[in-house]
Amino acid sequence: MRIKFLSKISFAVVTVALTSSPVFAENVIRWASQGDALTSDPHAANESPTHSASRKVYDVLYYNDKDMKLTPWLATGHKLVNAKTWEFSLRKGVKFHDGSNFTADDVKFSIERALSPTSDLKGDISSIQEVKVINSHTVQIITKEPNPIMRNQLTNVFMMSKAWSEKHKVTQPQDRAGKQETYAVRHAMGTGPFKLELREPDVKTILVKNNNWWGLKTYPHQVDKIIYTPIANQATRVAALLSGELDFILDPPLQDLDRIKNTAGLHLEQTAQVRTIFLGMNQGVKELLTSNVKGKNPLSDQRVRQAMYQAINVEAIKKKVMRGYAVPAGLITPPAVHGYTEALNKRRPYDVTAAKKLLTEAGYPSGFSIQLDCPNNRYINDEGICQAVVGMLGKIGIKVNLSAIPKTLHFPKIKNRETDFYMLGWGVSSLDSHYVFNYLVKGADKGWNGTGFADADIDATILEIGKEVDFPKRDKMIAKVWQKLRDNVNYLPIHHQVIVWAMSDKLDIPIVADDGVRFIYTKFKK
Amino acid sequence: MIAYVIQRAFQALAVMIVVSLVSFMLFNFVGDPVDNMVGQEATYEERVAMRDNLGLNDPFLVQFARFVGNAVKGEFGISYRIQRPVADLIAERMPATLELVIASAFLSVLLGIPMGIYTGIRPNSWLSRSILVGSLVGVTLPTFVIGILLIYIFSVGLGVLPSFGRGEAVQLGWWSTGFLTVTGWKAIIMPSVTLALFQMTIILRLVRSEMLEVMRTDYIKFARARGLPNQIINFGHAFKNTLVPVITIVGLNLGSLIAFSIITETVFQWPGMGFLFIQAVGFADIPVMAAYLVMVAVIFVSINLFVDILYFVVDPRLRADKTVAAGN
Repeated sequence: MRIKFLSKISFAVVTVALTSSPVFAENVIRWASQGDALTSDPHAANESPTHSASRKVYDVLYYNDKDMKLTPWLATGHKLVNAKTWEFSLRKGVKFHDGSNFTADDVKFSIERALSPTSDLKGDISSIQEVKVINSHTVQIITKEPNPIMRNQLTNVFMMSKAWSEKHKVTQPQDRAGKQETYAVRHAMGTGPFKLELREPDVKTILVKNNNWWGLKTYPHQVDKIIYTPIANQATRVAALLSGELDFILDPPLQDLDRIKNTAGLHLEQTAQVRTIFLGMNQGVKELLTSNVKGKNPLSDQRVRQAMYQAINVEAIKKKVMRGYAVPAGLITPPAVHGYTEALNKRRPYDVTAAKKLLTEAGYPSGFSIQLDCPNNRYINDEGICQAVVGMLGKIGIKVNLSAIPKTLHFPKIKNRETDFYMLGWGVSSLDSHYVFNYLVKGADKGWNGTGFADADIDATILEIGKEVDFPKRDKMIAKVWQKLRDNVNYLPIHHQVIVWAMSDKLDIPIVADDGVRFIYTKFKK
Repeated sequence: MIAYVIQRAFQALAVMIVVSLVSFMLFNFVGDPVDNMVGQEATYEERVAMRDNLGLNDPFLVQFARFVGNAVKGEFGISYRIQRPVADLIAERMPATLELVIASAFLSVLLGIPMGIYTGIRPNSWLSRSILVGSLVGVTLPTFVIGILLIYIFSVGLGVLPSFGRGEAVQLGWWSTGFLTVTGWKAIIMPSVTLALFQMTIILRLVRSEMLEVMRTDYIKFARARGLPNQIINFGHAFKNTLVPVITIVGLNLGSLIAFSIITETVFQWPGMGFLFIQAVGFADIPVMAAYLVMVAVIFVSINLFVDILYFVVDPRLRADKTVAAGN
């Protein structure tokens, strides 16, 4: 009797649960990637997964849309008052998640916060001298020098509420040497399309739709809830997608792509990422650290560098190492970056005989030995690419000794000039060539340009590009630097990295070249 | 007795200092954390300033002294990676690891001992032979492979168990437990089996060899001669005498279960301390690595200290020698 009664109740419960589910049907996206955002504080870490997480809760003045096109976002328009003064009009009627109004004071506060000593964004926007509030919805940004790409540099400067930050004592980002955790590390409150509901770093993050988001009319997305769980292990991540526990994974491993593609109910999206992989050669020093050639530097000779270039078969690397997921590169910046052209990206032909001839002309008929330094946990199949290069250069007599080490050991070697020959990948957040030139071409004793290349004329041009506001003139200068780089063979370009996203057929999320998910473009298939 | 305990405690302290010194020395080889902490745009000067601020440019001994000084006060600093206090992080992750370890220890004991007894009593039966062959899998297959194999069978293939995570955890004060929810129980099955397999094999084989040994002794023969039922001989006489080494091994292995859990936690995205540590290594997150290694050392040293004291209580010879040595 009792059992019957209980089973009746449970039957009733099940029926209610089954019949009521369509009424409450929520569009939930459960997704995973390898690593979680480092912090919820939008100014504390200049790292793409962290920016991608901030972009869901916080808004910016200018936004890179799904096609990486610069789009007015919280700013509605701009005008150049003079060469050093940008004036922005702000969107009206925008509200923070707590209901307060977004005004010019918040913009001034946020930019100043991003410039503060503990901010990790201060390098990106160091050209800003002052932010002036003109009225509640107009601000002026005054720069130290004319800055043609001011708007591009604002695409990762997220807007926080001044009142909220003061209330929670987070007017500055976390000091890493400090003892206390600040409130903003696990809490977030912006004007963005989603509200942070739960944040357990490394475990789970839940976002819910912000029904009062200003952009809902233009971007009427149907995502009610986003549940994110980082899954560090590749095999587990793929298994979770295959078993239906996840709807979307950001970084499926190359070896599993075929399996995912052939699984019913799942599909892949791919695009060229804003990151190019290349090799740097130290041509500036008198004698190399790891070569058997003493008293002179073989890499100083343009013919040697070109020989190495032509000995590398990038198509083979694409096919064998990258399983087809790469775009061979002729210059060290990808298509999404301003200044890139198809002509510049055309590679010199792969030609072992020509390479051997060049080496002989340069005086190294039997080659030489050198060490190649390579990270083993930074780029897609980084170590595999380097192994392939070792074999290819071996064919023209250059004996390459490969040293593949973790990124924490590899990058300091480049910056302290402790390597002759190294792998590096470069992403471009501002989507402008100047960024590449400034870090990788301009002569410097320390830092990312480990090639030892320094050319007074080119350095002056790079400086000019940084402040030229006449765009056609500026484009000509950019083209000049790229051409010089191509003729001189400063770097050996390998490929533009291709990113692949894997997702369930019930949703469609457009892939974005900066590998940051824009959930506001999600479409659900019924 | 007190003198003995104090002496042991001092030894334990010395071990702790050596362990933390050695682990601290190793941090010089994990690379530069600053590179992971700032974006690629940061200038050389900014990086140097960051290193100065963190005290990474100080001489090794100064850094070590500062670490020990803070550690004594219970301060381990802020994680370089996720910018949260290390003590909080470890306190949050510890319940997950301990629950996993406890579940695995139970599994390995509850399955290992009966199987060990059976294979010891009936060494030639087909079941014993298949258990022994099967147990080879537990010793030879790496934890990683076992974990992935289970995921592919039970999550992807059958779709009955979750492939990652801990399910829903319930907060009891500062302790978060997964034992109070259905999803929590489901989530712990595969990780605990993966972690238990190796330990279970060790226990099984230990019990078996001890049983075989004991079964050959004279008192078992006499017991048989007295006509006692097999059940009493096997469990009352034989098994009881195999327990001493088994208990020692199980106790000491608790420590290594915690250490082994690093791989299991990584495979199943189990939010425990081992997983925290492995991520810290990848990032060169020195505060987390230092605190974790010190904590593991504390666990091992306390288990050993506890065992030492237990010996003193259990073994009368140890006590007698000490009193004689003291001249009483």
